[in-house]
Amino acid sequence: MTCGETKNLLNAYVDGELDSTGSLSVESHLQRCESCLTDVENMRALTSAIEGGALRFKAPQRLKRNVQAAIRAANPAATRSLFGWRWVGALASAVLIVALTWVVISQRTKSSQETLLVNDIVASHVRSMMANHITDVSSSDSHTVKPWFGGKLDYSPPAIDLTAQGYRLVGGRLDYLQNRPVAALVYQRSQHFINLFVWPSNDSAIKQDDQLTRQGYNLIHWTKSGMTYWLVSELNATELNECARLLKE
Amino acid sequence: MKVSAPWVRENKLLDQNELTAFNEAVLPHLDAAYNLARWLTRNDQDAEDVVQEASLRSFKYWKGFSGRDCRSWLLAIVRNTYYSWSRQRSVQPELTADGEVDNVDDSILSPEKILLQNADREMLKAALEDLPVEFREAIVLREMEDMSYKEIADISGVPIGTVMSRLARARKRLQIYLTNAAERNYL
Repeated sequence: MTCGETKNLLNAYVDGELDSTGSLSVESHLQRCESCLTDVENMRALTSAIEGGALRFKAPQRLKRNVQAAIRAANPAATRSLFGWRWVGALASAVLIVALTWVVISQRTKSSQETLLVNDIVASHVRSMMANHITDVSSSDSHTVKPWFGGKLDYSPPAIDLTAQGYRLVGGRLDYLQNRPVAALVYQRSQHFINLFVWPSNDSAIKQDDQLTRQGYNLIHWTKSGMTYWLVSELNATELNECARLLKE
Repeated sequence: MKVSAPWVRENKLLDQNELTAFNEAVLPHLDAAYNLARWLTRNDQDAEDVVQEASLRSFKYWKGFSGRDCRSWLLAIVRNTYYSWSRQRSVQPELTADGEVDNVDDSILSPEKILLQNADREMLKAALEDLPVEFREAIVLREMEDMSYKEIADISGVPIGTVMSRLARARKRLQIYLTNAAERNYL
């Protein structure tokens, strides 16, 4: 290896960047070449002077603080972890779940309450026929039936005679629904009896003008002037609807 | 600014775990980052500005960083930040030294050894600051960060041969500067 060739490799040699073959050939040249050896020694002296010259700058503490503050500012999500949006989101989710659960439960409670009521109404209707105790006061005269309820209820149910329309008022009866005494007005259409349960209620949650069938009985429900009406009979739905329409008038 | 791939990714906020990982990986290299920035800018305040900006950039690119050598990664960002910073400040770009023919008289170096025992810190510092910025960068990464030619090449975005050439010429310039300074002091 010539001196010129070697001089090109001296820096890499000093920096340990030559492979073993390259290093060996440089070293064999250095044994013969004073000039190249001086170059190498100068490079090494320079390297150790820079290394030992305390020339490294150390980052000021202020800079470290500033960098961390800048990163916090650039990444607000993580730094406000305790009260951050992630927690707000989690809290909102929890509130939503609770609210939905409450709605579902209350809906189910409501619907189950409604189901219970419907069952009670049907049961009352059936019982009134089985026990041959359909009326406490038997009269087709609304002026007889209506006052009869006077001392027994804290409200006055309407006792409308629909004899002319084919629904004969046969009397009235006290019944018990929704943990309270209620008025039952009894109508007759040919051989069929119709119970009309009436009590005051401002429960608007029960849908207006419900019409349903339970155990072969038709039921029609409506509310009017703060009163709840349930009409129940084994009468066919068309005629019962007609009856309900007349009662609502 | 332009940072070469693969660091260019969309900035997304880090969650607490990612932020912790970032802090643990990057913050220990702030000294190295500041040292490089300080030698490139040759000024305390400018170095702080560059490191501050580079740290934010590294935060932005953190999710795209999959490498193992965080120090090299951060130093590359510091270097790129410095170059875009100096362009923004309309600092007269230093002449690219790679293409120049070194107009130095080698004879003053040979055959005597240079007397580095007389070179105190201030003289060494002045000698280093006198270097063209690419040479300064190579010397700092090699002599202070103890990086291989390959690592320096990756950070500076040049071939290994260029790194070798820059180091060789930088050392020659340093020796000449120090020799001349020693002679001035001696006289």
